[in-house]
Amino acid sequence: MTIKRLDINQPETFSFSKKDNELIDKIIKNYPKDRKQSAVVPSLYIAQKRAGGWLPEKAISKVAEILEMPKMRVLEIATFYSMFNLKPTGDHFIQVCGTTPCWLRGSDKIKKACVELVGKEGEVSSESISWLEVECLGACVNAPAVQVNEDYYEDLNYENMIDLINNIKKKKAIKVGSQIGRVSSEPINTGKQNA
Amino acid sequence: MPKIIIDGKDFEVEENLSIIQACEISGVEIPRFCYHEKLSVAGNCRMCLVDIEDARGMSPKPVASCAMQVSDGLKIHTKTQRVKKAREGVMEFLLINHPLDCPICDQGGECDLQDQSVAYGVGGSRYEQNKRSVENKDMGPFIKTEMNRCIHCTRCVRFSTEVSGSDEIGAIGRGRDMEITTYLDVAVKSELSGNVIDLCPVGALTSKPYAFSARPWELKQTESIDIMDAVGSNIRIDTKGNKVMRVLPRNNDEINEEWISDKTRFFWDGLSLQRIDKPYLRTDGKLRQISWEKALDVASDKFLNTKPEKIASIIGDLASIESIYALKKLMESIKSPNTECRQDGSKISGDRERWLFNSKLSGIDESDGCLLIGTNPKIEASIINSRLIRKSKENNYSIGLLGRKVDLNYDYKFLGDDPAIIYDLIDGKSSFSKNLLKMNKPLMIIGQGALRGNKGEDYLNLCIELAHKYNFLKDEWNGFNVLHTAASRPGAMEIGFLPGEKGKNLDQIIKSYKTGDISTLFLLGADEIDLSEKNDCFIIYQGHHGDKGANIADLILPSPSFNEQNGLFINTEGRVQESIRATFPLGEAKEDWEIISLISKTMGLSNIFKSFEELRSSLFYDYPNLSDLDFCLSSKKFPKKLNSKDIKDHIFTDSLNNFWLSNSITRSSKLMCERNNISKKLEQAID
Repeated sequence: MTIKRLDINQPETFSFSKKDNELIDKIIKNYPKDRKQSAVVPSLYIAQKRAGGWLPEKAISKVAEILEMPKMRVLEIATFYSMFNLKPTGDHFIQVCGTTPCWLRGSDKIKKACVELVGKEGEVSSESISWLEVECLGACVNAPAVQVNEDYYEDLNYENMIDLINNIKKKKAIKVGSQIGRVSSEPINTGKQNA
Repeated sequence: MPKIIIDGKDFEVEENLSIIQACEISGVEIPRFCYHEKLSVAGNCRMCLVDIEDARGMSPKPVASCAMQVSDGLKIHTKTQRVKKAREGVMEFLLINHPLDCPICDQGGECDLQDQSVAYGVGGSRYEQNKRSVENKDMGPFIKTEMNRCIHCTRCVRFSTEVSGSDEIGAIGRGRDMEITTYLDVAVKSELSGNVIDLCPVGALTSKPYAFSARPWELKQTESIDIMDAVGSNIRIDTKGNKVMRVLPRNNDEINEEWISDKTRFFWDGLSLQRIDKPYLRTDGKLRQISWEKALDVASDKFLNTKPEKIASIIGDLASIESIYALKKLMESIKSPNTECRQDGSKISGDRERWLFNSKLSGIDESDGCLLIGTNPKIEASIINSRLIRKSKENNYSIGLLGRKVDLNYDYKFLGDDPAIIYDLIDGKSSFSKNLLKMNKPLMIIGQGALRGNKGEDYLNLCIELAHKYNFLKDEWNGFNVLHTAASRPGAMEIGFLPGEKGKNLDQIIKSYKTGDISTLFLLGADEIDLSEKNDCFIIYQGHHGDKGANIADLILPSPSFNEQNGLFINTEGRVQESIRATFPLGEAKEDWEIISLISKTMGLSNIFKSFEELRSSLFYDYPNLSDLDFCLSSKKFPKKLNSKDIKDHIFTDSLNNFWLSNSITRSSKLMCERNNISKKLEQAID
């Protein structure tokens, strides 16, 4: 984990869409009237999506304004959780799980594939792909796993990770989930999988 | 009351105490970093671990004593091998990323980490890896940061939320990467920010103006009081030689608790700038140095050869009771009725209960609602505002403001800035009336800004009428409060330094000064009145800083500032306190009372005070209440309802134009000017 700071290059403006505002209002209504701040994490997540996968300063202060919170408190939350990115990410944002089960099952090789085909961790490539090592994705049974934007890709190894990134580059559709034909997290030697 | 056993000794303590509090009361020391009695419990430093034993036996692991309550029959062990080992372990972890740069650290000698590592740590280090490094943050002209030293106790973060209410300081990141910072690294805006310097248990946040100038053991400490505002915060003045090095708060739960405002903490660089150290006389339009004999001759000559009704005297904001008393005696003996202490033009008058903070500062904690009238407590009395911040976080505590709309660091109901709205409140027509009806112990805080102008006194009467309408004055509760901004004012009011029979008040003095009806004007440190139009009136200024008063004066008599002479002050709640000499007067300056006495002597008057003690005993004879140091002058009576005239054209004014530059000392201070410029810039940025 590295120190999270606001990016040097900040966009001039940030605004929520009408739909975003409706969604945030709906989330706020889940909590008592004077406990608006409870909606801060989902609101920031919506803001991150709106800003293109990362949180500019304007987005943080906008969320603070909507939830009537001190800006400092919102910044604390944005820097605390690793799912909030304070630096721009690519259109295809690969989150590589590096926590113990994935690591034992070879996440180092996945990272190697990323370095070779995408580039340095945290930097956006010319094809607008970026990758980041993250904490446990919760897919330990199908380790190692990565998350690309909203989808999980599991049971990876060096070779199929290379294929995966190449397919992203070629804008080819990729099967979501296990890359070795496993259904959910069934035992690996049922004979059904094609690997 | 639970009975507990600490290290084999029996103690009986109050209920709802945490173990650390119970141990402190019982005299057993427990080391701590993050725990602070005035802040919420964080429990993150783990230094206060103790073993506890109850009916079920010994606890499986040591517990954090700050976050654990006492219960009946609890056995607390603070000296077991396990506790010793736990403390050593915590200490070792804290020191992993601590730079150990004590020789160049300003906290050295008064550092909790230093002291506790000696007392509870292990002798050596087993750590050979690299330490983490953290960028220093810019927190403004007062707070110097050295973030490598931070141990993440979060006291400063909790302070900025709970006490100063500004939520400016926070902790970003987490775990090893946690950093204390302000939002976008900007200067801290709060008026109480300097307190984080005292709170910081290590040298991460230290005083910028005091940096590298002294070690704590070189300083002489004088316990005194603050006169930058009328709160009367208890302070400790640290001096080296004849120079004030820094000002720190003293704990007084009745007044300032453990905090002081930034103005109090950092005004001291103004004490060595712009000082008047010799008598001056204006000849041919220029101020020239003269001897004391000559100066006294000129002064006494003026007093003797001017008609008494053409002499006027005005008291400034920093004058002690003794000097006011001496001047009052002088004015009485020459029968001059034009004496005025309300140099900001407010129209407070009458008995004590009409102009005191009757509920006392501690009464704020008891109250269940508050109405502010024409006041901005954030800058007039930051300490009082911090108590209101604490109350505002309680459920159902409503605060209303009738006056100029200002940022107070808490939410309040804005009732408007037309003084006539008070009629709606009296008639129960205002939207806030409902809230007032519900309150059993409401507070009313009236600022000086509401009481200026011709209708000031009428407005005060209207406020009293309002107080009688609701529960402000009920049984034992007196919630009628007037907030002062000048430290000298309550004292001068008590002595009665007010216009005598047919005497002129401030507005009239200023008017007749222009027309020539006043031909000799004596200013006792009065710098805040507008006397820019120069004419034939002879102005004598007695004071310590070359400020507005000295600028227009014809005769300047140098006197010491409050830290260079003893003096009594009454704070806004009526508490008599003594300001103690910490350094010696500069140059040829003579003490305030002495100058006035010498003038009387030169005039050939009979009742002259020969010594300070003589003056004091005469003062205590006339005003016996003043001899009760540290007690509040109280008034059992409620302010009487008086009829008020129409208040048409009455307006609210700002009680204090500028927090940072409010008196002659702070106006001379480079630091205060710097801080004021930052405020200005921030205001412009918002506009």
